[in-house]
Amino acid sequence: MQLQQMYQEIILDHYKNPHGRGLRDPFDAESFQVNPTCGDEVTLRVKLDGDKVADVSYEGQGCSISQASTSVLTDLVVGRDVAAALSTMDAFVELMQGRGQVEPDEDVLEDGIAFAGVAKYPARVKCALLGWMAFKDAVARSGEGVTAR
Amino acid sequence: MTGHGFDVEQVRKDFPILQRRLAEDRPLVYLDSANTSQKPQSVIDTLTEHYERHNANVARAVHQLGEESTAAFEGARDKIAAFIGAPSRDEIIFTRGITEAINLVSNVLAWADEPYRVGPGDEVVVTEMEHHSNIVPWQLLTQRTGATLKWFGITDDGRLDLSNIDELITERTKVVSLVHVSNMLGTINPVAEIARRAKAVGALVVLDAAQAGPQLPYDVMETGADLIGFTGHKLLGPTGIGVLWGRSEVLAALPPFHGGGEMIEDVRMERSTYAPAPHKFEAGTPPIAQAIGLGAAIDYLSALGMENVAAHEQAITGYALERMLEVPGVRILGPTDMVDRGGAISFTMEGLHPHDISQVLDSYGIAVRGGHHCAKPAHRRLGAQSSTRVSGYLYTTEAEIDAMIEGLHQVRKFFGVA
Repeated sequence: MQLQQMYQEIILDHYKNPHGRGLRDPFDAESFQVNPTCGDEVTLRVKLDGDKVADVSYEGQGCSISQASTSVLTDLVVGRDVAAALSTMDAFVELMQGRGQVEPDEDVLEDGIAFAGVAKYPARVKCALLGWMAFKDAVARSGEGVTAR
Repeated sequence: MTGHGFDVEQVRKDFPILQRRLAEDRPLVYLDSANTSQKPQSVIDTLTEHYERHNANVARAVHQLGEESTAAFEGARDKIAAFIGAPSRDEIIFTRGITEAINLVSNVLAWADEPYRVGPGDEVVVTEMEHHSNIVPWQLLTQRTGATLKWFGITDDGRLDLSNIDELITERTKVVSLVHVSNMLGTINPVAEIARRAKAVGALVVLDAAQAGPQLPYDVMETGADLIGFTGHKLLGPTGIGVLWGRSEVLAALPPFHGGGEMIEDVRMERSTYAPAPHKFEAGTPPIAQAIGLGAAIDYLSALGMENVAAHEQAITGYALERMLEVPGVRILGPTDMVDRGGAISFTMEGLHPHDISQVLDSYGIAVRGGHHCAKPAHRRLGAQSSTRVSGYLYTTEAEIDAMIEGLHQVRKFFGVA
């Protein structure tokens, strides 16, 4: 059934038990993103330690896809170099915009590969990318983004 | 299902799309009619026949096709005038939809002559339950002219809060613009009472009848309003066509909106003079086929009888409300009984997001809308970030409501909140 293809167990697990949720201090930059079609919101903070992502904290209202995707994001970027985190983000964005044609690399995306099924539903791709857009924006605001790329 | 003056099963046969099977060969259950209605065969055939046999521009060609096209287009204007009780066909202005109709009004008021001009110190009153298309145009107008925007609030049960009407509608009020039937809450507003108060201070009254037009027998004169917007695609008609009705004396006094062909009387390089309404407001080639298609939609509704359509809407909405309240965790945003209530039912479900609800329902072939339904302020006021909306129409059956209810139970099961 198509439903299970989209709502993988991994996604439902992250939705029910999100990682890294809540807004924390200190932080270097904060980004607020909204999905204008549904009104979903996320506020996401980034704390950098040199060129490492020391912490990502977030708060928001959204569907299972957007919440789970932001939870997976924290797993994938916290503790990593900014450059590596942004390159993982590029891989995730490529997967989501691939209309189901992109084969995800589990070594890079880990739990993020569960979103491959979501990529087949154009209406939900924005949900999956909401937290990631906030991360990208927050990194850029912290002054690291441009040089790191 | 019968008893409301027409046989719903018979009606359903007129809508080819309702025969579709999807989601592993299940019948389509279309509960998104407040978003856009489905189209009967007669409307589809009218569009096809226009393009196959009569296509020509209107009011410009002397040839036979031009005559036919113009006659059908102007015939649609007559049908609409009769359908909404307009005293004159010249009060029917074709627009691309109700959004354009409201923007037409809000724009021309910035440069209208007195007493209609909106300028510094003037006030425009809307409500918190408006669709964005009846908020943003007025924000643009008041911001550009130095006027002030005010609004009626909403009560906890989704009605207009009229307790401060004396503070809101004052001698400074130039325009009161409100929705007749809410697209989100379903609330039917006491427009005649508000219009009476607005007229007492000399304000212009504008109504958004996008949902009222398809659901209620309509008489523009009974509303007390000066200008009323309708949209075609929620009323069995094509997209790309709407109507602005206005009182003759108001339309005569207002300046043009778009400039272009067909809206003129004479054009010189220095200046132009304008045609009388409705053509003054219809610059450029209009949506011809769409207007004719809307005429066919009105023929269909008139044959069923709008009293019968309204009775069915009431019955099916009442049934849906009753059944939805049985589902654990469901909270209805808006009136929970059928007193002054139309057909849209927006709701939240404890622990579940509207996107996820809609997605699971879609896997059963059930189409509903999830999101803010272009009414973010009303959602914010009622403490909901977004909602799921169920909206039936004259082709909706109790069996479809039952399927939706079963779907809601499945959603709870799927996400483990049952």
